[in-house]
Amino acid sequence: MKDRFNLYRFASPATFYPLAGAMIPYFVAVSVVFGLAGLWLGMLVAPTDFQQGEGYRIIFIHVPASWMSMFIYLVMAFWAAIGLAFNTRLSGMMAQALAPTGALMAFLSLWTGALWGKPMWGAWWVWDARLTSELILLFLYIGYMALTAAIDDARRADKAGALLLLVGVVNVPIIYFSVKWWNTLHQGSSVNLAKSTMATTMLWGMLLMAMCFWMYSIAVAFMRVRTIMLERERNADWVKTLLAGGEK
Amino acid sequence: MIHWNSLADFLAMGGYGFYVWGSFGMTVLIMLIEPIAVARNRKITIARLKRQLRAETRNTAE
Amino acid sequence: MFKIVSAVIGRDLKLAMRRQADIVSALFFFVIVVSLFPLGIGPEPDLLRKLAPGVLWVAALLATMLSLPRLFADDHRDGTLEQLALAPHPLGLVVTGKVIAHWLVSGLPLALIAPVLGIQFDLSADALVVLTGAILLGTPALSGIGAIGAALTLGLRGGGVLLSLLVLPLYIPVLIFGAGAVDATVSGLGGEGHLSLLAALTFASLGFAPWASAAALKIALE
Repeated sequence: MKDRFNLYRFASPATFYPLAGAMIPYFVAVSVVFGLAGLWLGMLVAPTDFQQGEGYRIIFIHVPASWMSMFIYLVMAFWAAIGLAFNTRLSGMMAQALAPTGALMAFLSLWTGALWGKPMWGAWWVWDARLTSELILLFLYIGYMALTAAIDDARRADKAGALLLLVGVVNVPIIYFSVKWWNTLHQGSSVNLAKSTMATTMLWGMLLMAMCFWMYSIAVAFMRVRTIMLERERNADWVKTLLAGGEK
Repeated sequence: MIHWNSLADFLAMGGYGFYVWGSFGMTVLIMLIEPIAVARNRKITIARLKRQLRAETRNTAE
Repeated sequence: MFKIVSAVIGRDLKLAMRRQADIVSALFFFVIVVSLFPLGIGPEPDLLRKLAPGVLWVAALLATMLSLPRLFADDHRDGTLEQLALAPHPLGLVVTGKVIAHWLVSGLPLALIAPVLGIQFDLSADALVVLTGAILLGTPALSGIGAIGAALTLGLRGGGVLLSLLVLPLYIPVLIFGAGAVDATVSGLGGEGHLSLLAALTFASLGFAPWASAAALKIALE
């Protein structure tokens, strides 16, 4: 009973603002720990790959970035649904706070995909199903950010963006399936960026880096949402008190 | 435990150094620039809001 | 329910007939864009034949994009849209009617002109048949999905480009299956699989898109 009451309290920007601020350093610290552990395993301990030599080590960035780009989009869609259903302001702010980080993850996935593809398959870009879907995901992020930026009224921007996210999230499986179909039809030799059977150290390195990226994303999103909260709620008493009290 | 025989080997990455370090380099770049940009935006926003607040209180005081 | 939809279709068609220039110019845009590709790539028949399905479909997507703002903008400007939203009938049905009317004046003409342009690319007769069928089958989905984008961007500055940014990624499955159907026919594999998937996309989007668009309109009209 007490827990449920506490959770709803934090839907209010006034209560969430200090909570997020307090949590950021912890997320940063955990992210660094995971990152160091993941890099230790992935870069220093894991053996050479039989087929790909040392070049495979890019997966310790590429795979976590891809996972995060997709996961963040899902989280944004989740907040979109909550925001539309319960008309909460903080949900919309959270979705907007997550978007740039998600887009950067998608970009990083494409960048590292290209750097992986060039030595392995001879081309900077290969139209394999996963890279192509990742590119389309980046387009979806850009579309969301463009739409919310184009709408002046914050609540309309939240709701329109939320609707776009829900339409997008429904379409992502359809898009992925159609791209896979397109890819298998057009590829002569199968260009497969999938990993072969992985050594345990490789797998753990990847998982630890994924955790690192996840904690990093939360930390940055919390930082961003705090600024959004100050901007949106600038006429509220709690913001005025904070600003008058010399908030940095 | 450690896979590499020397620092030179580690940096060379079996010939794939450009690609591996190009990837890690971009990651580090993003993970530095993004938080810095967010922090900078926060500072600018707070400064602007404080200015507006001062202007408002001055107006209501008059 | 059917009466509402047909009433909206009738009204929108009547209004479209008063602005025939809009319809015709979108059609000519289609023709011009398709003609640009050989000019850019070279006239070699084998290459053009291979590229034709993709080129024709991309041009169809772009031509549809051009006509999408018209879906709601005119009604929004003179206040009709608000009246429609306030009316007792479900806004989703009204949007369904608008989407169908939009298809009749944009997608349908594209499908009728496409085989003529396909001849420019030296497509075989059965490829032309499949091309026309695929465009007929797929353009309703484009109108439906496009309606969502048009509703979301109602009245926004930079509307047309922003609309494209939102809607083109969502068009990709239609593009893949639409062009794929023709490709499959040309390579002898048969386009039935692609066409059925295309049909599924169209029915799904006609089922869901009007309601998503109606929700987006309500957000925009608040």
